[in-house]
Amino acid sequence: MTQIIDSTGFIAETWPEDGVTLDFDNLWTGQDLPIEQPLAVRFEIGMEPENLSPWFHKVAMVILPFGTSADGRGFSLARKLRQLGYTGVIRAEGHILVDQFRAALRVGIDQVAISDEQATRNPAHQWLAVNHAPGYQAALFAAE
Amino acid sequence: MYSYSNFDSDFVHSRVKEFRGQVERRLDGSLTEDEFKPLRLMNGLYLQLHAYMLRVAVPYGTLNGRQMRQLAHIADTWDKGYGHFTTRQNIQFNWPKLQDVPDILEALADVGMHAIQTSGNCIRNVTSDHYAGAAADEIEDPRPTAELIRQWSTDHPEFAYLPRKFKVAVTGSPNDRAVTKAHDIGLRMVRNDAGEPGYEVVIGGGLGRTPMVGKVVRDFLPKADLLAYLEAILQVYNLSGRRDNKYKARIKILVHETGLEELRARIEDTFARQCRLLPDVDPATLARIEAAFAAPDWDSRPAPQAPVVEAGLRSFIDTNVTAHKRPEYAIVSVSIKPIGGTPGDATSAQMRTLADLAERYSHDELRISHEQNVILPHVHRADLAAVYAELRAAGLATANIGLVSDIIACPGMDYCALATARSIPIAQQISEAFADLDAQRDIGPLKIKISGCINACGHHHVGHIGILGLDRAGVENYQITLGGDGTETTTIGTRTGPGFAYDEIVPAVQRLIEAYLDIRETAEETFLQTYRRVGLDPFKAALYEAEDAARAA
Repeated sequence: MTQIIDSTGFIAETWPEDGVTLDFDNLWTGQDLPIEQPLAVRFEIGMEPENLSPWFHKVAMVILPFGTSADGRGFSLARKLRQLGYTGVIRAEGHILVDQFRAALRVGIDQVAISDEQATRNPAHQWLAVNHAPGYQAALFAAE
Repeated sequence: MYSYSNFDSDFVHSRVKEFRGQVERRLDGSLTEDEFKPLRLMNGLYLQLHAYMLRVAVPYGTLNGRQMRQLAHIADTWDKGYGHFTTRQNIQFNWPKLQDVPDILEALADVGMHAIQTSGNCIRNVTSDHYAGAAADEIEDPRPTAELIRQWSTDHPEFAYLPRKFKVAVTGSPNDRAVTKAHDIGLRMVRNDAGEPGYEVVIGGGLGRTPMVGKVVRDFLPKADLLAYLEAILQVYNLSGRRDNKYKARIKILVHETGLEELRARIEDTFARQCRLLPDVDPATLARIEAAFAAPDWDSRPAPQAPVVEAGLRSFIDTNVTAHKRPEYAIVSVSIKPIGGTPGDATSAQMRTLADLAERYSHDELRISHEQNVILPHVHRADLAAVYAELRAAGLATANIGLVSDIIACPGMDYCALATARSIPIAQQISEAFADLDAQRDIGPLKIKISGCINACGHHHVGHIGILGLDRAGVENYQITLGGDGTETTTIGTRTGPGFAYDEIVPAVQRLIEAYLDIRETAEETFLQTYRRVGLDPFKAALYEAEDAARAA
């Protein structure tokens, strides 16, 4: 099981039970999309976000895998999705540290999903204690 | 020079608070050592051979007297009364206790300093020319660019967990003193045909186990596009750099395996998007940074006319003093390489002397060079005698800058957990073998660089004579490379052949230098020039023939 966390702390699963979660390959290989809505897409880490852009308007959530906390590719994938114009929910799934939470929100990730084991070790108050002060980049790129 | 805004100050203090919490969570077990490691590394804290080591950033090597005095205070309060200046313009404290580190960081934050991103797989402390703002040959002061990069790269949310560490260097002078071609990104300030300022951008340089000279990815990048281009390089690297093998994870391997043309296409493509989406840098911030590096109020005294000076000062001026952009001023390099000493180690008393001298004689500015020396960048020529006298009293007047005993050496097996051989004792012995400074001056400019393992922190690949200490079945063995060069004509040195044992390496270096003195055409022909003229063979003969003869006998 997983624990979902957003900027308000531990939250219940937001994804509706009748929602459909597909691997990106299902879209890319040209299969018909299911009629059921909403639609979520699970990315693999090496994928190119640009390839999802034709479907941006149909996808309500993109799930990005975070294999280990040392693998920072998810941060670039999220930021690139946002730069390319994706406006749905981005969920980071896997091993994300409390100390990476602020950066995750800053690159456009909305929520993280961690294991119950990690949730026990890192309870809600640790996530709520994260200081969300703006960084240098917000100050430098005043218009961003 | 740059002083912290309220934003900077709030930021570093909040980082200290955050790290204090992380240390507490590590101690109470809610952070595992594996999880804590990247966090402590991003705050400059290594676990070394004997203890923790804290690496403090000296951004682009610039600091003032108050900051230097605080480093002395830290050395006295929480360490063993000294610090070690590194080849990346940082200072390392070798003996801090984990529970004291938040207090040390607080003391740094109080004077506008930090240890953020001095290690870990992130964008490291940006380095620059240690003569910046003072050099006679400068096109433009590189420090505003370096400060802009410091702000942009600090706490960047996208680039804190890169495949590997990432180093950026900037030079504003055609004579490259910042070894820019041996960095992940090297920036050389240039002008285009229309006279507009910009950068030549080099990527994929690096030393380590796979030394590579960086390649030009963009020959002219307009100044205003810098951050968008850096974002593009970093995003391409973060997504495509190898993560399966830490020895193949640097961008130089990506350049090598992908090919420069293909990688350039990807970078330019990403850059086009960044240009469209990334807002311009706030002009008020840019103006504030530029203004922070305005020239000091120069002293209007004229330079002394044909001063009569005693011999010690004369040779100090010949060796340690460099032309300043203003003729009545000089750049004074203070050698942290006393004969037989540990390269780069300074005591707290020496730090305080340097702080005093900076405040009284150098417009309150100091620089740390990647060659592990300290620079007084703006000394009026009328004050040279006074500065020399005070340096001599503090044991800091060694007149050996650029000579055989001005050796770069990594900490080696005496301190470092990665090292496979000692390097500091080799540097000390070479320095003692050539203790006579007059003889050193006769040998002339010579850069000896020593690394205690293949990671090459001592930059041995770009030493005129490079020494690499390895472990051969439990015995230290030292390989020699010749002809390396870390300037604008960057060259990786060539290995001479089999290595030498610990007690053979210093005599081997002596034979090399004797051979050079025999072969050189004039006293003005430097070691490197001679090597380039005659090649490896005569030096190989000097290194190995005596041995072979001994073996044959």
